[in-house]
Amino acid sequence: MINLKKIRKAILTAVWFMFLTFPLMVMKVNTIENTVQWRWINLAYIGISAFIFSLFWEDLLKRRDNIASKDKKKSINNKISRKLENKKIRNISLFVLILIVVLFPFIMSMYQTSIITTALMYVVLGLGLNIVVGFGGLLHLGYAAFYAVGAYTYGLLYYHFGLSFWLCLPLGALFSALFGIILGFPILRLRGDYLAIVTLAFGEITKLVLENWNDFSFGPSGIANIPRPMFFGIKLKLAEVTNFTYFIAIGLTILTIIVIKRLESSKIGRAWEAMREDEIACQSMGIDITKAKLTAFSMGAVWAGIMGVLFAAKTTFINPASFTTWESIVILCVVVIGGMGSIPGVIVGALIFILTPEYLRAFSEYRMLIFGLALVIMMIFRPGGIIPKIRKTHQFKVKEVKE
Amino acid sequence: MSEVPILEVNDLSMVFGGLRAVDSVSLKINKGEIVALIGPNGAGKTTFFNCVTGVYVPTHGEIKINPPEGKTAILNGLKPNTINEKGLARTFQNIRLFSSMTVLENVMIGRHQCLKSGILSSILRTPKQRKEELKVLEDSYRILEKIGLEEYANDLACNLPYGGQRRLEIARAMATDPFLLLLDEPAAGMNPQETNDLVVLIQRLRKEDNISILLIEHDMSLVMTLSERIYVVDYGKMIAMGSPLEIKNNSQVIKAYLGEDIDA
Repeated sequence: MINLKKIRKAILTAVWFMFLTFPLMVMKVNTIENTVQWRWINLAYIGISAFIFSLFWEDLLKRRDNIASKDKKKSINNKISRKLENKKIRNISLFVLILIVVLFPFIMSMYQTSIITTALMYVVLGLGLNIVVGFGGLLHLGYAAFYAVGAYTYGLLYYHFGLSFWLCLPLGALFSALFGIILGFPILRLRGDYLAIVTLAFGEITKLVLENWNDFSFGPSGIANIPRPMFFGIKLKLAEVTNFTYFIAIGLTILTIIVIKRLESSKIGRAWEAMREDEIACQSMGIDITKAKLTAFSMGAVWAGIMGVLFAAKTTFINPASFTTWESIVILCVVVIGGMGSIPGVIVGALIFILTPEYLRAFSEYRMLIFGLALVIMMIFRPGGIIPKIRKTHQFKVKEVKE
Repeated sequence: MSEVPILEVNDLSMVFGGLRAVDSVSLKINKGEIVALIGPNGAGKTTFFNCVTGVYVPTHGEIKINPPEGKTAILNGLKPNTINEKGLARTFQNIRLFSSMTVLENVMIGRHQCLKSGILSSILRTPKQRKEELKVLEDSYRILEKIGLEEYANDLACNLPYGGQRRLEIARAMATDPFLLLLDEPAAGMNPQETNDLVVLIQRLRKEDNISILLIEHDMSLVMTLSERIYVVDYGKMIAMGSPLEIKNNSQVIKAYLGEDIDA
């Protein structure tokens, strides 16, 4: 398996990497004392890891190809899903999951609960964007704009009219969906890269408007003192309201999963997928592509709107800085890493993508580096995402023809 | 013939810049007929199809349908999906399946416009919507059985063998309940055995489903066995029309296909 040729290649790779990263990882200029620090130990780390990595790189690639060419039934995903088909195992795991979810805020600290709430919000955002990107195949880079619409709906309606969180929740969804349709109309004819550019601009424009239209949105200073959600008209203490927000997030996540799952397996979900595959064929089969695109945009935007309202209520302060393009990219990464079009994939993707940086604060300096590396490795080894979409199959019994 | 043709195309032209891809072509199809449209490569056959099915808006001319059930309608300027709803279904020359969906799902897409339930009833999963979904599944499976693809129902469309993909295109088109089926080179790339099966299939579809068929094809033996009438186009112009026998002996057609005889 390991021969001399491979080792030689690995050594070369290691040397090359050491050379490449030398200025970045080894030299450190201390500008106060005007000295240069030499961190030779870093060079050794890089050399060793590059050596090991390149030694096994080809084997990893070979293994991937083997798995891809082998019968798909043997892959890990199907093993899990087949186990879950067993009712007993399924019920037990569901019970354990519910138990963990319900008890979590009472066992863990407020900080932990708050982090999980944020992660759940990204689960919903990811699932919403998944409608547009995963099902509809429309690359959308301005999703944070819808998020902002939801947040500002609550912020402004509270500020001017004193509307409550619960009333604003559906209103935020409604305004967001409307925004989705407004964005949808001018870009009906665009595809691929062009669509990405326009949606990117849309996200930027929304942010700029919020930043500069002082009379309307209070500019960069934002809106403060937005009330947290109330429990049947009762104002809760901070610790209680954190738990309450957590349960709201759980509830909304479950609602999102149910609704999106149902949409996916309905007529409209099939139309979205057909649109992704081939627009001309799709139209020739009697699908109104205008309607399909607009519903995809508005149905995707709804969830961002709802999460925007929840975000405003959770942080009690909103300003345009929370809705940058970076936010859109993070949500898109959640979808792509999780698995485009796959609901469990997006859920796992969001949890990993949002929770890992929180728990690995020690490496926060290298966060972008690790993300980049993870993305590249993901695209090579699992291009379909962490949990790729499994197509639904239908079983038919061969019926006897009654004559 | 006293009968009203179910499809009547009058004086159809399609101009792209300075190119007249289709030049005043007129064509009629009667109920239950199989009509072929032939011509050398680049003659404008597929452009003609695209005009009739709404992918292009024709520059000039009129496309009129008289469905067996339903009202007379003019198709000019309608969107492809509306034309499909009116009962015209087509297949594509370069296969355009929804390749990462299963074979069954491809056919289910074809049933799309027969479904009434909207977004809200899908989210609430009303009993009516559920019943409809079950029916779609069953209908689609029946169609696959008829075309002979039921064993592949759960396979991805892109994993079908080539002939199977062509048949799936026909199945998907049939799922939209058309009265007129437009086939764009259905036998392209098929081996003789597959082509023979296709001939049988097309004849059966016409008989069992009471539909008319307009087909573009280069395989002359298929055209001659199947079609009752043949239209020949060359450089966008209609150069001949008639029964297979007439077309075979038409000097203009021979010229278009084989070029002029220098000695003559």
